[in-house]
Amino acid sequence: MADKEKMTVIVYSGEMDKALAAFNLAIGGATSGMEVTMFFTFWGLDVIKRNEGGIKSKGIMRKMLNLMDRGGAKRLPLSRFHMLGMGKWMMKKLMKDINFPQVEELIALAKEFGVEFVACTTSMGIMGISKDAFIPEVDRFAGVATYLARAKESKINLFV
Amino acid sequence: MKADETLDCVGLYCPMPIVHTARKMKELKAGQVLEVLSDDEGIKEDMPSWCKTTGNEYLGIEEEEGVYRAYVKKSG
Repeated sequence: MADKEKMTVIVYSGEMDKALAAFNLAIGGATSGMEVTMFFTFWGLDVIKRNEGGIKSKGIMRKMLNLMDRGGAKRLPLSRFHMLGMGKWMMKKLMKDINFPQVEELIALAKEFGVEFVACTTSMGIMGISKDAFIPEVDRFAGVATYLARAKESKINLFV
Repeated sequence: MKADETLDCVGLYCPMPIVHTARKMKELKAGQVLEVLSDDEGIKEDMPSWCKTTGNEYLGIEEEEGVYRAYVKKSG
């Protein structure tokens, strides 16, 4: 068989609904036989932060940022109608009603089908987040050159 | 239509029927036919599209009382 077709998804957003869209597309690509790379950057890093424990960072501003923006697949807000979590609670219930997986389950599915997770080191630098803040499913820590090299050989490149 | 294996995806929505299909197809041998049951109308378009992308053979779909039965033959 020839080289597999490739696809990339930039996950810029840290909201639950947008993460669902990104994973839905990535999993769709991977289950269709494509090699998929997800590049998590800026608020998108929240999606791949550990759910457990604290996030260490240096300096008062970065400490505050990581306190206010803890992240983790289970903590992502809704982009609309979050309503201090009430909207999110309702959306999760609606999803459960139709057996739709939660973000953390989509992460596991994406990995099952070989989706590669790359975390953006620039965003990590700005926000003062270290490697140990992330889930072990993250394959690589890299920057724009890595993304572009991959995107150049991909037929489908998405930004969420 | 006769199938070697049946996959029940009733109550599931995109991308789950495709996820389960992709998983199941790994277990099948070339030439075997998989039947996928789904009540998500999207399956009518998604299954032929998935077959086109993956190179498996789409054999068709039947509908009975809101449940679709899609047939896919594993390619060699």
